[in-house]
Amino acid sequence: MQLTIEQVRKVAQLARLEFTEEQLESFSAQLASIISFVEQLKDVDTEGVEVLSHPHALQDALREDEVQEGLSRQAALANAPAHDGECFLVPPVLG
Amino acid sequence: MTLDACQLVVGLEVHVQLRTQTKLFCGCPTIFGAPANTQVCPVCLGLPGALPVLNRRAVELAVQTGLALNCAIPARTKWDRKNYFYPDLPKGYQISQFDLPICGPGWLEFPDPDAPEHTLRVRLVRAHLEEDAGKSMHDEKSGRGDSRIDLNRAGTPLLEIVTEPDLRSPQAAKAFLTELRLLLTYLDVSDCNMQEGSLRVDANVNLHIDTPSGKVATPIVEVKNLNSFRAVERALAYEQQRQWQQWQRDGKQLGEVPKQTRGWDENQAVTVPQREKEESSDYRYFPDPDLVPIAIDAELIERCRACLGERPLELRLRLQQEYGLTAYDADVIVAQGRALVEYFEMVVAKGASAKRASSWLQQDVLRTLNEQNLTIEQFPIDADKLGELIAAVEKGELENSRARDVFQYYLGHPQAGLEQARAALGIVQVDDRELTELCQKLLDEHPQIVAQAKAGDLKGLGALIGAAKRRNPNVDPRKVRSICQHLIEQQG
Repeated sequence: MQLTIEQVRKVAQLARLEFTEEQLESFSAQLASIISFVEQLKDVDTEGVEVLSHPHALQDALREDEVQEGLSRQAALANAPAHDGECFLVPPVLG
Repeated sequence: MTLDACQLVVGLEVHVQLRTQTKLFCGCPTIFGAPANTQVCPVCLGLPGALPVLNRRAVELAVQTGLALNCAIPARTKWDRKNYFYPDLPKGYQISQFDLPICGPGWLEFPDPDAPEHTLRVRLVRAHLEEDAGKSMHDEKSGRGDSRIDLNRAGTPLLEIVTEPDLRSPQAAKAFLTELRLLLTYLDVSDCNMQEGSLRVDANVNLHIDTPSGKVATPIVEVKNLNSFRAVERALAYEQQRQWQQWQRDGKQLGEVPKQTRGWDENQAVTVPQREKEESSDYRYFPDPDLVPIAIDAELIERCRACLGERPLELRLRLQQEYGLTAYDADVIVAQGRALVEYFEMVVAKGASAKRASSWLQQDVLRTLNEQNLTIEQFPIDADKLGELIAAVEKGELENSRARDVFQYYLGHPQAGLEQARAALGIVQVDDRELTELCQKLLDEHPQIVAQAKAGDLKGLGALIGAAKRRNPNVDPRKVRSICQHLIEQQG
């Protein structure tokens, strides 16, 4: 499995990670080896096996539609880097 | 080549906020308009370690809606993460459904705006559950220009309904949405309030153009910011023109340019290109490990099916078949909601004819509801009383204009019955001898009208009826006319 620098740059951009050219190069090699490792699963014969959507056998973990107490606004905003006492503040979001 | 050679092709994505008490994955309330960031908890704030637990009611409402939309309901549905970064999305992903939506393919039938006797059918691709994002507000006034984020809405349950590109005109798109909203209102699964964002519409639109070398499709444009059904209609009509002109200029076809997103500008009545989110289509969906799949068993489906009731389309047909109403009258009554249909049926059950009941409802009742800003549930005259009143007109016991007086009296005296209203308004039946005397007196006073009538000109009788009503408001105008004619004939 080979990964191009461009593919790694794109994945990094999607995850909002900033890398130097050297890092991009070394991560390309490392990610490629991880993918190769996982690719071994392709060798397993899955003919007739139903797709697994969750490793837990459990299903239908549901709750009733009843209001539960949440956080106070003060608590909700407490760890925000910036707030005005009512809302979280972030750099301008345009249109 | 002219605009006639091009066919508008439209598919819609409709987000409907489901009527639950709490959010999709946590117990925070979903009340609109609460002070900012007062309906939040670690789950909907995306705090580390918090785990989502699915709201049972949201599943039921989604299945109910899917059944009403003729959707296939799969035995199993699951949750996926849709990854993107935006300040109103605290987790950095939205919990949504990718490959196993809760509602599969279906369809909705609705009255054809060009031929109300007929219906159009739009196929639905799917409908899936997902959580809403928060709200970002950009305050122009604040010097620093920060955006403010309110996360009250984050995590509110939405059902996203996706149609096939089956719509062919702006009017058809509006008619589809009108029927969808009416259906959702009948089901009571959403309040469908567009101003409050509980119903949001995006449109995918392009043109199919007949050219000498075959059919050509123009690039698909997604139109957002459609805040009313009228905006949908206008924006689609605008896009039809714009894409046609664009195609004449550059001849670009579907697939030759990336999909564009445009926003509808209500004031300028144009669509304008929106800034593309970088890599916006690469959401890297994957199954959400925090949530287990849901099995939808036959018992749940049957329970939801039992809640459906009659849908608007079925009701319109029944009102026509059972009561002999016209398609138009049936549509006006059904469009007002289930409560008004029930009111209509009770009025008829009390002895009113369907035709007269429908006309009283459309004129007197709906006008009063509009004027006083009431719902039919708040209307002071109950259906039995109106039915009894119209039945009295039907039997000739009460004259139509006097019945309207009683109607007005009832509005001011919700407790009053027909006897009390008659007494208060001085309504007594006029016996025939008394009426004949009155008519004779009027004829004696108006020899000119009598002479005209004898010469075959009956126009003057209207004036006599008016005079009779002034002397005794209880007289029946039809009787006055026939007695006067009879008396004139006797004079020879």
